[in-house]
Amino acid sequence: MSRVLEKYEAVIGLEVHVHLKTASKLFSNAPVVYGAEPNHAVTPVCLALPGSLPVLNAKAVEFAIRAGLATHCKVHPQSVFARKNYFYPDLPKGYQISQYEEPICTEGWIEIELPAEKGGAEGPQTKRVGITRIHMEEDAGKSIHDEVVAGTGSAVDLNRAGVPLLEIVSEPVLRSAAEASAYLRALRSILRYVDVSEADMEKGQFRCDANVSLRRRGESKLGTRTETKNLNSFRFVEAAIGIEIERQAKLLDAGGRVIQATLLYDPATNKTRVMRTKENADDYRYFPDPDLVPLVIDPAEIERVRRELPELPDRKRARFQAEHGLSEYDARLLTGSRALADFFERAAKALGNAKTVANWVLRDVLQALKERELEIEQTKLEPEALAALLALVESGRVTAKSARDLLPELVERGGDPAALVRARGLEAVSDTGVIEAAADEAIAASPEMAARYRAGEEKILNALIGQVMKKTAGKASPAAVKEILARKLRG
Amino acid sequence: MGPPLGTLAGLRADLDAKRVSSRELVDACLARAEALDRKLHAFLGLRAERARAEAAESDARRARGEVRGALEGIPVALKDNMVQRGEPTTCASRILEGFVSPYDATIVRRLQAAGAVIVGRTNLDEFAMGSSTENSAYGPSRNPWDVSRTPGGSSGGSAAAVAAGIVPLALGSDTGGSIRQPAACTGIVGMKPTYGRVSRYGLVAFASSLDQIGPFTRSAADCATALEVLCGHDPFDSTSLPEPVPRFSEALTGDVSGLVIGLPKEYFVEEGVDPAVLAAVRAAVAELEKAGAKTREVSLPHTKYGIACYYLIAPAEASSNLARYDGVRYGLRAKDAENLTELYCRTRSQGFGAEVKRRILLGTYVLSAGYYDAYYRKAQQVRTLVRRDFEGALAGCDVIATPTMPEVAFRIGEKSGDPLRMYLNDVYTVSANLAGVPGISIPCGFHEGMPIGLQLLGRILDEATLLRVADAYERCTDWHSRRPPETA
Amino acid sequence: MSRITRQEVERVAALARLELAPDEAERMTSQLDAILDYVALLSEVDTTGIAPTSHAVPLRTPLRDDRPGPPLDPDDAVRNAPEREGSAFLVPKVIEGEES
Repeated sequence: MSRVLEKYEAVIGLEVHVHLKTASKLFSNAPVVYGAEPNHAVTPVCLALPGSLPVLNAKAVEFAIRAGLATHCKVHPQSVFARKNYFYPDLPKGYQISQYEEPICTEGWIEIELPAEKGGAEGPQTKRVGITRIHMEEDAGKSIHDEVVAGTGSAVDLNRAGVPLLEIVSEPVLRSAAEASAYLRALRSILRYVDVSEADMEKGQFRCDANVSLRRRGESKLGTRTETKNLNSFRFVEAAIGIEIERQAKLLDAGGRVIQATLLYDPATNKTRVMRTKENADDYRYFPDPDLVPLVIDPAEIERVRRELPELPDRKRARFQAEHGLSEYDARLLTGSRALADFFERAAKALGNAKTVANWVLRDVLQALKERELEIEQTKLEPEALAALLALVESGRVTAKSARDLLPELVERGGDPAALVRARGLEAVSDTGVIEAAADEAIAASPEMAARYRAGEEKILNALIGQVMKKTAGKASPAAVKEILARKLRG
Repeated sequence: MGPPLGTLAGLRADLDAKRVSSRELVDACLARAEALDRKLHAFLGLRAERARAEAAESDARRARGEVRGALEGIPVALKDNMVQRGEPTTCASRILEGFVSPYDATIVRRLQAAGAVIVGRTNLDEFAMGSSTENSAYGPSRNPWDVSRTPGGSSGGSAAAVAAGIVPLALGSDTGGSIRQPAACTGIVGMKPTYGRVSRYGLVAFASSLDQIGPFTRSAADCATALEVLCGHDPFDSTSLPEPVPRFSEALTGDVSGLVIGLPKEYFVEEGVDPAVLAAVRAAVAELEKAGAKTREVSLPHTKYGIACYYLIAPAEASSNLARYDGVRYGLRAKDAENLTELYCRTRSQGFGAEVKRRILLGTYVLSAGYYDAYYRKAQQVRTLVRRDFEGALAGCDVIATPTMPEVAFRIGEKSGDPLRMYLNDVYTVSANLAGVPGISIPCGFHEGMPIGLQLLGRILDEATLLRVADAYERCTDWHSRRPPETA
Repeated sequence: MSRITRQEVERVAALARLELAPDEAERMTSQLDAILDYVALLSEVDTTGIAPTSHAVPLRTPLRDDRPGPPLDPDDAVRNAPEREGSAFLVPKVIEGEES
C-alpha cells in the first residue's frame, strides 16, 4: 500500500453514525433497549401508525450540543429537521427524519495522533481533522435475514427504529487507512468523554461510512470517490479503505476511470462489492418536516452545556503533566479513556502520590485487565482500594511483590486490600528478630558465599537476600533484609 | 325512524332535565343512521353495540351526579381519518383495509373526557383528498338536501350526518376547505380553527402543515361548545399551540356593533362565481350591518395564487405522508409479490385510488431533484405572501367575509372527470389553510333549493370573534334552523 | 409545449412506488400536465428575498423530557401485520443495501 501512496494521494472523508445514550427514542417515548424481542420496544411513532407524530427528545438535543462543543463546532441557534424519502422495510414512515440544509453543528475539528510511521523518532505528531457538520437523525430498524426466522423472506424488527443518532462528517483530509482509524479512535474517545454515547461498535452504536478517492501526487483536482457503507469495527474500516485504495490505484494505473458508487464491505471475504452506482442513485426529495418546527436553541442553553462540559482528553493530558508531574507518554496513556483517567485520578487523590499510582495503573492494573479481557469500566477494583494497597506498600506493611501478586484478584473480584492481606497472612515481616534469624541461617548455610562477599564480591549479596526472602515467604522487606545481611557479614 | 336529533344545546338541556337518556339518544341516532344511510352513505362504520354500552355508562354516571363535561351522553361521529383504539380507520381507502388502531387520537380522549359517545366513522374522500366524497373507495356520500348532489368534501359524511339530524356534532378535518365547504353544501356550521388549536395526534395526515380538525354543528353556539372540548395544547403534537383556550361560549354576546367586516375586493368579482351565491353573501353582510357592524373593502392581493400554491404544497407533503402505506406493518398487502419492489408497487397501486395517486405523483414530482426550487420552494414563498396578505387585511378589520364556495353543491359525477376543475372549487377556502387563520362557514341562504355558505375568516387564535359574528347573524336569520325536507 | 412527459411521469411513479397501467400513465400525464400548466401561474409572482413559510403560525420547538413510556403491547404492535413471524414483520427477501 505504501507504494501506491507514493504515486497517489488518498483523499478520505468519514461519516460516522453514533447512537446517543438516551433512555427514549429521538421522536417518541419508546424505550431504547438492546437485545429485546422484535417489536417489543415500539410505540405508534416507531411503527409509523397512521396519525402518529414526532416530538423531539430534549436530551438528544443536549447531547448533540455537547458533541458539537467537544469537537469545536459552531452550534447553531436554529436547525431544521427534514425528511429524507426512500422506501425500505426497516424505514417505517417511508422517510427518515434527518437534518439536511440546516444541521445543528458545523465547522469543527479534532486533533488526532498520527500513526507511528510518520511520527518517527520525534515522538507522536498530531494532525487537526476538520469536522464539516454534525446533524441529528433517527436510526432505522433492522431487517433480519436469518432463514430460520424469516424463511425465504426477511423479518423486520423496529425496536431500533427511531434511536437517536448523530451523523458526524469529517473533511476529506485523511490520507491513509491508518489515519482514518486514528481519527475514529480519537472521535470515539471524545464522545465517550463527554458521555453522549457508549459508542460500542459491536452493538452498532458507532458505525462509519468511508468516502475514498485518489489523485496523483501534486494534483489538486479531486478524483471520483466511492462510499463504502456501514463499517462497524476499526479493523474493517482500515481493511476496507486499504482495499479500496488498492482497487482504485489499479484501475487508474490501467488507464481506467473510477465510477462513483456506493460499496458494501464484506468482512467474511475481505472484499467490497458495488451496491449501486450514481446512475441508479435514489432521489431523496428532502424537504423540511411539516410535523416539526425549526429547532431553536437559546444561546444561554448552549452556554450552560459548555460550562458543564467534562474536561476533554487534550486538556486533561496537559493537566496531568502539570499537576501530577507525569511524562507526556504516561499522561497520554492515562487519558486514553475517560474511565481510565478518572480511575487514575481517584486513586492518586486517595494515595497522595500520583507517580506511584500512574506506574501501578499503567503496568499492573492494565496488565491484569488485559489478561482477563476486561475494560477498566468492568473492574471490581475501586480506585480507593488500589490506593489503600499502595499505601500498605509505601508504609512497608506489604511488600511490592505481595501487592503485585494480589492485584489480579482485586481487579477481578474487588475487595478490601487490608483484609485480604490479613486473610492471606501477607503482612510484611517487620519483626527484625525473624529476619535476623533467617539471615543467620542463610549465612550459616552458605559459608562460601559469605566469604566471597567479605572478599569484596558485593553482588553475591543478592543471592543471600533471595534465600532470606524465601525463608520469610516474600513477606520481608527486601531493604530490611539487605541491611541486616550486610551488617551481619561485615560485623 | 324518529325525528331529527336537535341541536347540541337542546339535547344537553333534555339530558340535564332527564327528559331523555343518553341511551335513548344513541338509540335514536343509530336508528336514523341505519334508516337514512341507505340513501346518504354518510357512515363507513357504526359502533352500535359499544356506543349503546357507553351511553348506558353515561346514564349511570349522570345518575351518580358524575357528569364528565359538556358532551356527557351526546352521540358524536368522527370522520374516518381519526383513530380510536380498537376501532378500524380506513380513510376511505382500500389500502387501510382491516386496520384496527391500537391507540387513541388526542381528540378521542378529549371527547371521551367530556362524556361524548362516539357512534361511528363517517365517509370522506380517500385520505381527505377531494371536495365531494366521490373519491371514497366505498362510494360517495349524498347530500341530504338533494341526494343527486354531493355533500361536498372531503368531510362530506360528517356534514351529511349533522345536516340529516343523525348526530348533533361530527368532526371533520380541513386541509384546504374540507370542513367549511361541506358545511356550506349541507347548510350547517363548520369551523376550521387556527392551525395548531386542535391536536393532530391521531388524525391521519394528508398535508401536515395545513391539516386541522374542527366541528360540524347546527349552530354557532354548538360550535363554541365543541371547540371548548376539542382545543388545547397537546404534548404529542409538535405543532400544537400552547396558548390558553378561551371560553368561546362567553363570546356569543349577540353584539356586533362597531365590529369591522372586511370585504376582500378579490373575492367579490363576478367572474367564476354563481351570482346567486354572491348575492346571498352580500345580503348576509347587509344583515350584519343592520345589526351594527361596519364594513370596509380590504385587499388580499395574492388570492389568485392560492389554489396553485396549495396544490403544490399539499401534494408534496402528502406524497411523503403516504409513503408509510407499504403493505409491511398494516393494511392491504398485494398477493404474490416476488420481491420488495413488486410488493410496494402492487400494494400501493391496488390500494390507492386515482386522485390519491395523482397527488402522490404531483407531490413526488415537485419535490424531486431539479424541481424543488421551481415548484415547492416557490410555493412556500408565495405562501409567505398569502400569509402577509391576511396579516395586512386583518389589521384593518375584525373578520373577513367571503362566499365559502363559488356555487351550491354540484351533482355527483359532474366534475369527476376533470381534476383541475374540481380543485378550482376550493378557491375561497385554501387561503385560510395557507395562512393558518381560523375560518367558519355558516348557512346564509338558498339557491335552487340548495344551501349557500357564508365564510368568515379571522385573526390567528381569534375564533371567538368568528363565533360572535356567526351567532349574531343566526339571531337575525333562520337559515341555520332549516332542515332538509326528505330527512325530517 | 407539454410541461411533463410520460417518461417523467413513469420515473416519478417508480420513485413513489406506483405501478401505472399504460392507459393510466397516459391519463395521468395529461392531467398532471394541465395542473402544472395551471400552477405555472406562480412564476409571475416576484418572490425575490421572500423567506419560505413552512408553518403559517409561529411555533417554538417543543421538547420532550427523556423519559421512556410503556411501549405498545407486542400483540397490538403486530396485530395488523399482513404477514409476520413471531413478533417480527415479514417481507420478501431484502438484499442488504438495496434501497428498493
